[in-house]
Amino acid sequence: MNFEIIFAAGVASGTILLFAAIGEIFTERAGIINLGVEGMMMVGALAGFKIGIDTGNPWLGLAMAMAAGASLSLLHAIVCIHFQADQIVSGLALTFVGTGIALVLGEGLASARTSALLPTLTIPLLSQIPFIGGVFFTDQSILVYLGYLLVPVAYLWIDHTRPGMHLRAVGEQPSAADALGVDVYRTRYAYTLVGGALAGLAGATISMAVTPGWFANQETSGLGWIAVGLVIFAQWSPGRALIGAYLIAIIRRMTLDLQGPSDFFGIPNPFFTYQPSTFFLNMLPYAMVILVLVIGSREARRRRVGAPASLGVPYVRGERGH
Amino acid sequence: MTTATRRPLIPWSLRTEQRLVTPRWLPFATTVGAVMVALIISGLLIAIIGGDPFNVGAHIIESSLGNVGVLSDTLVKATPLIFTGLACALAFRMRLWNIGAEGQLYFGAWGASAVVLLPILPAHTSPFVVVPLMFVAGVAAGALWGGFAGWLKARFNVNEIISTLMLNYIAILWVRYWVFGPWSEGGFQLSKQFPREAWLPRLTDFAKAVPDLAGLTTHLGFLIGLVCAFLVWFLLKRTRKGYEIRLIGDNPRAARYAGINIGRNVILVMLMSGGLAGLAGMVEVSGSVHRLQDGISPGYGFTGVIIAYLARFNPFGVVIAAILFGALTLAGREIQPAGIPAMIQGIVLFCVICSDVLLRNRVRLVHR
Repeated sequence: MNFEIIFAAGVASGTILLFAAIGEIFTERAGIINLGVEGMMMVGALAGFKIGIDTGNPWLGLAMAMAAGASLSLLHAIVCIHFQADQIVSGLALTFVGTGIALVLGEGLASARTSALLPTLTIPLLSQIPFIGGVFFTDQSILVYLGYLLVPVAYLWIDHTRPGMHLRAVGEQPSAADALGVDVYRTRYAYTLVGGALAGLAGATISMAVTPGWFANQETSGLGWIAVGLVIFAQWSPGRALIGAYLIAIIRRMTLDLQGPSDFFGIPNPFFTYQPSTFFLNMLPYAMVILVLVIGSREARRRRVGAPASLGVPYVRGERGH
Repeated sequence: MTTATRRPLIPWSLRTEQRLVTPRWLPFATTVGAVMVALIISGLLIAIIGGDPFNVGAHIIESSLGNVGVLSDTLVKATPLIFTGLACALAFRMRLWNIGAEGQLYFGAWGASAVVLLPILPAHTSPFVVVPLMFVAGVAAGALWGGFAGWLKARFNVNEIISTLMLNYIAILWVRYWVFGPWSEGGFQLSKQFPREAWLPRLTDFAKAVPDLAGLTTHLGFLIGLVCAFLVWFLLKRTRKGYEIRLIGDNPRAARYAGINIGRNVILVMLMSGGLAGLAGMVEVSGSVHRLQDGISPGYGFTGVIIAYLARFNPFGVVIAAILFGALTLAGREIQPAGIPAMIQGIVLFCVICSDVLLRNRVRLVHR
């Protein structure tokens, strides 16, 4: 096993989780929980791939993927903000609708492709650093580098800017934010859309870069849900989301590599000799998410960090209890 | 606020005010209205993508309710949905988001199959022994899977939505291991067919006495589902435990002050919810499929979420909604493209939760 290759592949597919998780962090920080990440990723993956192929312009595909994710999240925003509907159920409905629409529109679309639609880059000097250069800066998709940039930008935006302060205020104490003149509804709309656009981008990362092609209902294989789980592990902070995303993606990748060799140091490899046992390997990433949540929840309790105080609570102007 | 400086474009506006009491008939009326709206939206969407909504609609009705034969098939499809719907309704009533009915169903199906496929019982054991054992094993396996998520929630405060979803994937892979590996029939991804003594009785089995029943595959699981619906209703409305569950759902803080142990109730409800979903798997393998196979459920667990909502967590409403969705599932197998049923389900769910606003508020048209 070549750890440099495994880690590099993990970083590439971890970018999917990273985009989706950071989008969800933005949304949840504004007090809206959107569980429809999986559905938004599906439409993003389809829109990016289909429009990228049809027009021959992958950048347009990328933009349309983000627009597709955002327009689906607009539905969630209207339902949750104006109809004050239950956000958990609305998110589930969004998953159904997004998956359904993507399957309908993607019917009969060509599946696998050999090359990514988006260019890859090798950063001159940085790629020379032993191991780290090979993992992070060699032949990675341009989206992976976008991921590196997004984390500090998201962190600075949320924690060190005025709009970021408004964002946090809206998620923690909307009535106080309202009294200060922050438009709670507009803020919540804006960040729900940002979350949707980033989920769409995450979907496009799958279909245009990591595993190019359209694989119908195998497309996201639960990555959207894993991203929602990651947000809890990350305690709503972008930096921790980065660690979690890469970690889970590397483990996902490693389960593939464990099936290859016929033996480990002379001991026969059970995953090579008995094919069905590889299903246990495939369980690992999901089990890992649960484990990560146990760790994250314990730590959150110890450090007394919690979800944004108004997460999932609709805001009604002038009503008591906010 | 001085917004009245401009002349309004439309001299009427909708004004909402909070309701103090909700009439008893209103939830039913808004639900029916919401489903209507959902069907209209779905029809428009189908028309936009180039289909004929009336054709699709007629096809759904004809191939699910058109004659006694397909009606019987609809009930077969509705049977697992009753159990997953009840599983979700029970958990949701406590505002415990068990999205894992799918995985619990798979585990229940595995548990029930293990009674037949593991060499435990001698061959040709009486069905009066085999079927009850499968029943117990199915419930136990599902309850174990649900209870595990409940324990994670109660002990470590792990969000149950994520944990139950992840456990879904694990359960599906677990069943896949057994049907690809130890229980594989000739290298296919399914087990051997169960012997007759492991089958739930079907209507067609009584065709000798009543010839009209020949070919009807509705099985005992449907009746068990009705009994379970009554039991869940009784539990929620007529027992002390049910009162605790409803109180936690409505006002967890009040429940805590009243001295109710929330953690214990979380585990208990997840055990029961998982057990019900496990039963869905048991009746599916024993009553309908008669073997364990990959993809035993086309998303019954997720449809259960929608059914629970459509029924507004009322167990008898679950039965009615399950039959409607059974019809949609049955007809949906032939509808192309394959995503349409999922899309319709999502739209129904959206419309139902949006209609809730009418329950909380009175909407009036007023002159400005």
